[in-house]
Amino acid sequence: MEPFTYSRAADPAQAIAAGAAASTAQQGAEVRFVAGGTTLIDLMKLDVETPTRVIDINNLPLAKVERMPDGSLEIGALVRNSDLANNVNVRRDYTVLSEALLSGASAQLRNMATTGGNLLQRTRCIYFRDIDTPCNKREPGSGCSAIDGFNRNLAVLGTSDHCIASNPSDMNVALTALEATIVIRGTHGERKVPIGEFFLLPGDTPNRETVMLPGDLITHVLLPPPHRRARSHYLKLRDRASYEFALSSAAVVLASEGDAISHARVALGGVSTRPWRSQEAEAALLGKPATRATFAAAAEAAMRDAKPQSQNGFKIELAKRCLTSALAAAAA
Amino acid sequence: MTSNKITRRDMLTVAAAGTGALVGGSFSTEAASAAAAATTGPGLMDISLRVNGTEHRLSLDPRTTLLDALREHLHLTGTKKGCDHGQCGACTVHVGGRRVNSCLTLAAVAQGVDIRTIEGLGDPDHLHPMQQAFLEHDGYQCGYCTSGQIMSAVAMMKEPWGASDLDIKEAMSGNICRCGAYKNILAAIRQVQAA
Repeated sequence: MEPFTYSRAADPAQAIAAGAAASTAQQGAEVRFVAGGTTLIDLMKLDVETPTRVIDINNLPLAKVERMPDGSLEIGALVRNSDLANNVNVRRDYTVLSEALLSGASAQLRNMATTGGNLLQRTRCIYFRDIDTPCNKREPGSGCSAIDGFNRNLAVLGTSDHCIASNPSDMNVALTALEATIVIRGTHGERKVPIGEFFLLPGDTPNRETVMLPGDLITHVLLPPPHRRARSHYLKLRDRASYEFALSSAAVVLASEGDAISHARVALGGVSTRPWRSQEAEAALLGKPATRATFAAAAEAAMRDAKPQSQNGFKIELAKRCLTSALAAAAA
Repeated sequence: MTSNKITRRDMLTVAAAGTGALVGGSFSTEAASAAAAATTGPGLMDISLRVNGTEHRLSLDPRTTLLDALREHLHLTGTKKGCDHGQCGACTVHVGGRRVNSCLTLAAVAQGVDIRTIEGLGDPDHLHPMQQAFLEHDGYQCGYCTSGQIMSAVAMMKEPWGASDLDIKEAMSGNICRCGAYKNILAAIRQVQAA
């Protein structure tokens, strides 16, 4: 681990001022905020992250979950994954989020990991994590070792010729299906970013993963009021039953009126370079009867543009079956 | 532990001190200046940790994890280092009453919160019920993961889990046992749950 200076931020303004001194908030940032540390400390031990300043933000007053007057839910950036998963509002109104959180990592890690930190969780691509190999995400222009390398766990959607790294988060997939908004405070005040615009596709700059700028501090995540009558579900498929990253996952929100599906939100995880909203699948569901055939057609639509690599072609069929089953469970 | 017994750790400590004395004989000047740097160097910071009810003041490199602070600086070696990347659970301790991986926690971040390690759970004459249950059910083979397993199991009791075997397995999945003592660990936890 490279040396750094440590300090605690007394308030958000202090953290923002410290962060603003960095040249980037993306890969290579000289200043990092630490909350749970589950991603950051891990990557610092591997010398993938080498900040010279680490700002401890755990004392900031951002650890509450509050129902707002309009029925939306405001989640503080420092709310721990375990607390969010077991929050009474989340369990009742946003089942898919509770299920996604509880399917991720271990009980210990969920006690540490925060809502804001999980939004910024980094890929598990082994080449990103190994500084002795080329990786465009870690070292722009150095090449991608995963294309034609070990890519069994990596993405089939949203890839580019420069990067095929998959986003490993479960929480972000549920937040995408729930159409969450990310509240960011920075040097120019506060802005609200829809989650669909928060994550960037790799393109030819895979080192840039989000819209975060130097000094930006995620303060909250907003969930819109829960859809009446809708049921939601998160299904995660992986190599072992627990404590493992997704090979494929699906977050779905579904409501029917009469015999027809009236509301559908679909997001996929484990198969894409960013949490993957599938409006193609949603279009295939709307107005159709909630049957296995409809769900299978939606899954076909979701994976139509998938591009397999040398080892991960199986994920295309796995993702289809995952989404079909998740929809069937939500409709049951 | 009775006082007339010599433990494996005592032997290791004596052996290490012996080696140090030999080396120190020929490099005493360097050793002295290194010791001075260790207490006054610009790369160090004052850190207070409240472990098992006792406040400790340490001068540490900011890079020091809670795990290394406990083992290398406070000599509380019951907490083990396995993978050092949050993947095995051997380093599990309680921070603020919750189980965490001490290998991914900076010591500096853990200041001002109560930290509890296996040494604060029970002692040889007064075992914690979970320690007793692990003994009775043979919930280990080599023992390396055991303190992490026990700390995790104790914390699990206060978390909102169901009571089925599947719930316990899921709740304990963050603690890997390469000897494969899972069946007996499950039995130990079930015994404490039933009590």
